[in-house]
Amino acid sequence: MSMTATVGHAHADPHHVGIVVEHPGPAPKRIVTAYGFWVFLLSDIVMFSCFFAAYAVLVNQTAGGPKGSEIFEQRNVAIETVCLLLSSFTCGMAGIAADVRNRFWFYLGMAVTCVLGLIFLAIEFNEFVDLVARGYGPSRSAFLTAFFSLVGCHGLHVSAGVLWLLTMMAQVFAKGFRADVLRRMMCFALFWHALDIIWVGVFSVVYLLGSGA
Amino acid sequence: MSDQTHMHVDHDIAPGDEEQHSVGGRALGYVVGLGLALLLTATSFFIAGTDLVWQPSIPVALIVLAVAQMGVHLVFFLHITTGPDNTNNVLALAFGLLVVFLVVGGTVWIMAHLNQNMPPMDQIMPMRS
Repeated sequence: MSMTATVGHAHADPHHVGIVVEHPGPAPKRIVTAYGFWVFLLSDIVMFSCFFAAYAVLVNQTAGGPKGSEIFEQRNVAIETVCLLLSSFTCGMAGIAADVRNRFWFYLGMAVTCVLGLIFLAIEFNEFVDLVARGYGPSRSAFLTAFFSLVGCHGLHVSAGVLWLLTMMAQVFAKGFRADVLRRMMCFALFWHALDIIWVGVFSVVYLLGSGA
Repeated sequence: MSDQTHMHVDHDIAPGDEEQHSVGGRALGYVVGLGLALLLTATSFFIAGTDLVWQPSIPVALIVLAVAQMGVHLVFFLHITTGPDNTNNVLALAFGLLVVFLVVGGTVWIMAHLNQNMPPMDQIMPMRS
């Protein structure tokens, strides 16, 4: 290799690894925004892992109260799971519709996602109210505290997601498919899919493992 | 002279974005993901309540199925792939998973051993009074 070539590529290949990368400049805002939100989602998953760890430690500390297998109803959990899974699918459809700027399919997809999310929340709320009415509230035992914290935290996230969903519909209605609205829509889709991933952990670890023991 | 390879890299793709842009192709990905996820969910619920398999294997099977379904969600819904334009997204995910395993695994490991090493509380309490 000639000396001039080395000097010429001094910036492109500072460590002389033999690969010259021509950088295309700063990334577009869509990538920066979505990547930042991806990092937030991962930190949110780390936060959930703390609730999972607390639940795993406290699951047998029932203090004479009910065990998981005595209070969980698998039929309700199955309905909740299917609702959230289908809502993840319709959310993806709404995302595609937003990218091709099709208002009808966007509103339809988001509305179905909203209804499925609300069904999920209603079932979960009923379960909590029923448990508290039977005297099995979060203060009954360490197991129930961990259970209500973990499942309730996920429920709070879904509630926030439903509010965000309605805001996105309003923004598309008022502002149309602008670039910034599309970025927010993309972040919302990531958020909703991530909630579904966390729910997979919840129904497997809490409900299915708990009802077997 | 040609011991240098010239590479022109485009930008990474954003998490959630896909490489293909046709509506049909993208929708098909979601349909496949939904089908696989429903299959894995149904298997999980079936395994949890069945007497057909060796009982101690059920928790392991449930955890394996859950991890598999999370993988399906990541690939088909969040579009995290092994492609070179996805490296940053995968690296962030890998670090997140590392922290998750440290937190959950470390907590369970330590707390299980703490319980074993604690003297029985009913023998401690009378000594105080």
